[in-house]
Amino acid sequence: MNQGVLRICLPVFVLVVVILLWDLVVRVFAIPPFVLPGPGLVLATLISDASLLWHSLLVTLTLTFEGFVLAAVGGIALAVTFSQWRLVEYSLYPYAVILQVTPIVAIAPLLLIYLPQPLAVLTCAWIVAFFPVLANTTLGLNSVDHNLLALFELYKASRWQILWNLKLPSALPQILTGLRIAGGLSLIGAVVAEIAAGSAGAGSGLAYRIAESGYRLNIPRMFAALLLLSLAGVAIFFALSAISYLALRRWHESAIDRED
Amino acid sequence: MSVLPPNDRSPGNLPIVTLRGVEKNFSNGIRALDGLNLDVRNGEFVSLLGPSGCGKSTALRIIAGLIAPSAGAVEWPSGAGQIGFVFQEPTLMPWADVSANVGLPFRLTGKDDRGAVGEALERVGLAGFSRSYPRELSGGMKMRVSIARALVTRPQLLLMDEPFAALDEITRFRLNNDLLAVWRDLRRTVIFVTHSVFESVYLSQRIVVMTPRPGGVFTEIVIDAPYPRDERFRTSSEYAAFCRQAADALAQAMASGASL
Repeated sequence: MNQGVLRICLPVFVLVVVILLWDLVVRVFAIPPFVLPGPGLVLATLISDASLLWHSLLVTLTLTFEGFVLAAVGGIALAVTFSQWRLVEYSLYPYAVILQVTPIVAIAPLLLIYLPQPLAVLTCAWIVAFFPVLANTTLGLNSVDHNLLALFELYKASRWQILWNLKLPSALPQILTGLRIAGGLSLIGAVVAEIAAGSAGAGSGLAYRIAESGYRLNIPRMFAALLLLSLAGVAIFFALSAISYLALRRWHESAIDRED
Repeated sequence: MSVLPPNDRSPGNLPIVTLRGVEKNFSNGIRALDGLNLDVRNGEFVSLLGPSGCGKSTALRIIAGLIAPSAGAVEWPSGAGQIGFVFQEPTLMPWADVSANVGLPFRLTGKDDRGAVGEALERVGLAGFSRSYPRELSGGMKMRVSIARALVTRPQLLLMDEPFAALDEITRFRLNNDLLAVWRDLRRTVIFVTHSVFESVYLSQRIVVMTPRPGGVFTEIVIDAPYPRDERFRTSSEYAAFCRQAADALAQAMASGASL
């Protein structure tokens, strides 16, 4: 079998084994559903609660997406600003780092006090997603080939020409890496804020459903919502990977298959 | 532009560029050049020959205006024109295809000359590759693209910084011949930096042998063998004699540098 088939078949095989074991454990030890529901029950809940969960998924995904877009635009714009004006970088970079290293779980409750809930969720998604975009874009903008830079100077290129025709294209692989990390993180940020808000009891996102189901001991629904969140994360990751591949396939080593 | 015909290579011809007492000290304390004097006449093919670290690349970059000399002057008796520069590496933009790479000087200077791009590619023997990406080309072809880019603005002066050092011998010999053909057709001035005695003798009308650390002119050797030079010249006793002369001069230059 070739590598490609194995890379799909092996994880699927592991998944099937785990699900069967899970089912077996629940049956053999007669575990009640409010402790650990079996895979069949989770699937049944997913179908019976479909409209409720679907609505919640859309709420969470919308905020995640908005947070991601703001993080992408903000992170790239700030990195470009940093690269064009060193003084701005010196002034602001430490605070970008502080924002990043402070755990988002600790910031979320505060944001919920000052902001309406959807805005607080959006802000959380933005805060966690924005730093990897900033850091990776900055790295990319600073790793320009020095000889190419010299060549641009030889033809008297303006700093905007250098930015647009040299720095941004050469930073594209790093920017896309930043975006791929940011996609997953913005989902995490949104979920954290929703969980934090969950205790305040005002939300309809998927994470809020998890918190709410927890209080009601509706464990099957917790699992169903969790499953949806995981799938959403996986979908985001694959979508961004595909974009990255399409953008780089003609020229960057990372997107090119090695011929053995 | 010179008032004299560009094909006039008599010693009385006006220099295209003159270096007077050029000195370069880097901030790390290295003295790269000390009192470098050099006249390059219009239409001439001159090689700067020296061991690595003798400041020959630094001299080239100073002529190109990419770095400023610490002392001394670079003068352009017949006016400064556009310069073509070829680096040791091809220094292509990996995200752009061959024709965009060759057309870069026009893009940066705001002129548009599609015809010149095609013409330059044809001149280096890459007429059918305008849509290829750099990673799809061999090392020799990439270097040809780099030369086409340097030629596309029809510069009067072509600066080449060990352009063929990383290529295999067969490719290097072929590119040597093609470079001589371009030089003879276009009647441009070439300053060619190399650490290869054989390459400098094969190509040049005049070899400037440099002393290492700090770099300066040790001696000059005139190679008065007629052009066109081809593989017969490469195996001639005349060529061998010039090579011995240049190699001896280089050895003396290095010995004098070591005693400093």
